[in-house]
Amino acid sequence: MVDVRVGGRNNVLITGRDDEQVMMLANGFGCDQNMWRLIAPALAEDFRVVLFDHVGSGHSDMSFWDPERYQALDSYADDILRICHELDLQEVIFVGHSVSAMMGVLAAIREPDRFSKLILVGPSPRYIDDAGYRGGFSAADIDELLDSLDSNYLGWSAAMAPVIMGNPDRPELGEELTNSFCRTDPQAARVFARTTFLSDNRSDLAMVAVPTLILQCSSDVIAPAEVGDYVRDHLPASSLVTLAATGHCPQLSAPEATLAAIRSFALAGGP
Amino acid sequence: MSSTGRGGETPGQDSGADDASDELFSALLEDSTEDLYENAPCGYLSTLLDGRIARINKTLLGWLAYSRDELVGVRSFSDLLTIGGKLYYETHLSPLLRMQGEVGGLALELKTADGRRLPVLVNSAVKTDSGGQPMLIRTTIFDARDRRAYERELLRSGQEADRERQRLRELVSTLQQSLLPPALPAVPGLDAAAYYHIASADEVGGDFYDLFPLSRDRWGLFLGDVCGKGAHAATITSLIRYTLRTAAAYDADPAAVLGTLNAALHERYLADNRCFCTAIFGLLTPRTSAEGCTVALASGGHPSPLLLRADGTAHYVALPGGPLIGVWDDAEFATATIRLDPGDTLLLFTDGLTEARAPDAAGRGRYGDEALRALAAELAPATADTAVAAISALLHDLGDQVEDDVAVLALGVAT
Repeated sequence: MVDVRVGGRNNVLITGRDDEQVMMLANGFGCDQNMWRLIAPALAEDFRVVLFDHVGSGHSDMSFWDPERYQALDSYADDILRICHELDLQEVIFVGHSVSAMMGVLAAIREPDRFSKLILVGPSPRYIDDAGYRGGFSAADIDELLDSLDSNYLGWSAAMAPVIMGNPDRPELGEELTNSFCRTDPQAARVFARTTFLSDNRSDLAMVAVPTLILQCSSDVIAPAEVGDYVRDHLPASSLVTLAATGHCPQLSAPEATLAAIRSFALAGGP
Repeated sequence: MSSTGRGGETPGQDSGADDASDELFSALLEDSTEDLYENAPCGYLSTLLDGRIARINKTLLGWLAYSRDELVGVRSFSDLLTIGGKLYYETHLSPLLRMQGEVGGLALELKTADGRRLPVLVNSAVKTDSGGQPMLIRTTIFDARDRRAYERELLRSGQEADRERQRLRELVSTLQQSLLPPALPAVPGLDAAAYYHIASADEVGGDFYDLFPLSRDRWGLFLGDVCGKGAHAATITSLIRYTLRTAAAYDADPAAVLGTLNAALHERYLADNRCFCTAIFGLLTPRTSAEGCTVALASGGHPSPLLLRADGTAHYVALPGGPLIGVWDDAEFATATIRLDPGDTLLLFTDGLTEARAPDAAGRGRYGDEALRALAAELAPATADTAVAAISALLHDLGDQVEDDVAVLALGVAT
C-alpha cells in the first residue's frame, strides 16, 4: 500500500489498494482533505482511496483559482469529473461531506456511469429557508458568516498568506502556523462560503440515478435532521442512516460509527 | 517606606516581621486559586465533547448576564454564538480542535442574555485523560470590543483602499485608451498592426503611436515616448498627438512636423517641468502593391525602426539622428526616405522593449538592440501582424522584466 501524491490543481493523493474499488473522499467548506484523516487509513485497507483539496483550499494550486468560475458548485463538480477522467477512475464510490455532497450529486447526474454509489455526509440541498422548506438559515445569517470569516482572516491573511502562498517549495514554513490544517486562502474562502450557502440543488436530487446513502448526524446545526429527511425523500434510490454524533463532522467526532456506516454501504453487493 | 513583597528587605526590621509578611503573602496566594478562576480578568468555560457547558466562571457569567443555572448542563457553547459564528465554529473550529487538540486567537461574537453582542477572542484546548482520550474542552475568552473596533476600522480602510485602487486602474485604463487610436485605419496595399504593453495598471504610460490619413493617397504615422509617467505624461501625450496631427495637415514633411512639435513642447519645457519626448514621424505614400511604397521618416532622439525585408534579412533603418524633442529651441530635424517593397515590413518600437531586463549569469543585462534585430531576422519575411504578434509574445515571456511601457507599430507591404 503506497501513497501516491499526484498533486496538481487539486492536490490529489491516492492511497490504499490498487486493485480495489475506487473511493473518492471530498471534504466540505472550511477544511481540506485532512478532514478524513481519522477514517482514511482504515478505508485504505479495503479501497483505492482518492483524496483531494478543492481549488482555493488546502494545498491546491492557487493559480487555478478564479472567483468567477468558483461561484458555481458545477465548477467544483467539473473538477471532480476531471480528476476521474485524468486518473481514469471507474465505478467510483463518491463520499461527499457537507457541500461536497451536492457536488457529488451534480457530478453523478452528469456522468451516472462513472459512479457506482454516492455517500452523502451531512448533505443539504439548500441552506437558506424558502417557502415550504426549512434549510435552517436566513440570508442575513450567511452575511454574518462572511463577517466571521473577515474578522478571523484579518490577521491571518496579511501576515501568514505570504508565508504559505509564497513558498510552495517550502511547506514546512506553513507548518509553523497555529492552525496548520484546513488552511484556506481568505478570498477563496469568501467565495466558497457564498457558493456553498447560497446554493440551491433541491431540483437536482430527483435526477440522481446512483444508489445513495445519506449519513445524518443526530445533532447538526448546519444540516439539521429535517434537511436529511428532505434529501432522502427527494433522492430516488436513497436510504438514510442517523449517526449518534454531535456537530457537522462525524468523521471527526464519531469516526468509528462513520467508518462502519461507509464501509457497510460501500461493500454491500447491489444497490 | 515598608516592604510589600516577599524577600523585600527593609533595614532595621527584625526577622519576625519578615515571617509575618511571608505568611500574609502565602495566605493571599492560597486563597486565590478559586477566586482567580471565578474572578479572572477573562472568561473560563469548560464544555463536554458534545458542546454542553460543564463549568463557567463568574467573569463570563457577568459578561453574558446569565445565571449559572441557565447555562451549566443546559446550553452548549455554540448556543452562545451568533449564527454566523456558529457556522464558522462548525465548519472551521470544531474540526481544527478535533485534529490539533487546540485552536487559538479566534474572533467570535457571543450573544448575551439581554440581547447584546460581545466581541471576544477565544482560545480552546482539549483536555485528555491519562489514556489520551479527549474528555472535555477548556476555553478562555477575552473581551475584544476595543480590538474588534480597531480591526473593523483596519478592514474598512483596506477595503476602501482596494476600491480606490480599482477605481484608479479603471481611470488609468480609460485614459490610456484615449491616448491611442481605437483601431488602425485600412491603408490600401499595406497591412498595419500595433500593440501597446502596459507596464503598470496603476499609472498611465508615456508611449504613443498613431496612423491616420492626410489625404487620399498620403498617410501620417508616428510613434514615441514621453519622459515620465502618470497624469503629467498623459497631458503631454495628448498635446503631442494633437500637435503632430495638426502640424502634418499644414506641412507633412516629417522634419517640419517634428520641428513644429519641438516648438510647442519647448514652450512647455521652459514653462513648467522639463517635459520632452522622443518620436519618429513618418509620411507614407502607398502605390500599387507591385511597386511597394515610400516612407519619409524623421526622428527626434528615438531608436531607429527595424526593416524586415522580403528576402529574410532584417536591419535597423539608418536615419539622420535628431535631438530629443522639446529640449532645445533650435533643434533641427532631417527627413530620410526609404522604400518598402512587397513583402517588406517596417517595425517601430519604443525603448521599453530593448531596455527590458534580461539578466545574464551575473544578474545584469538588458534585452538589447542586437537581440531584437536577431529576432526580426528570424521572423523575416513577416507580415505586420506576424511581427507584432511575435513582439507581444516576447513581452509576455519577459513578464515583469519589462519595466516600462512599450508601443509597437508595424507596416507591411502586401505581396
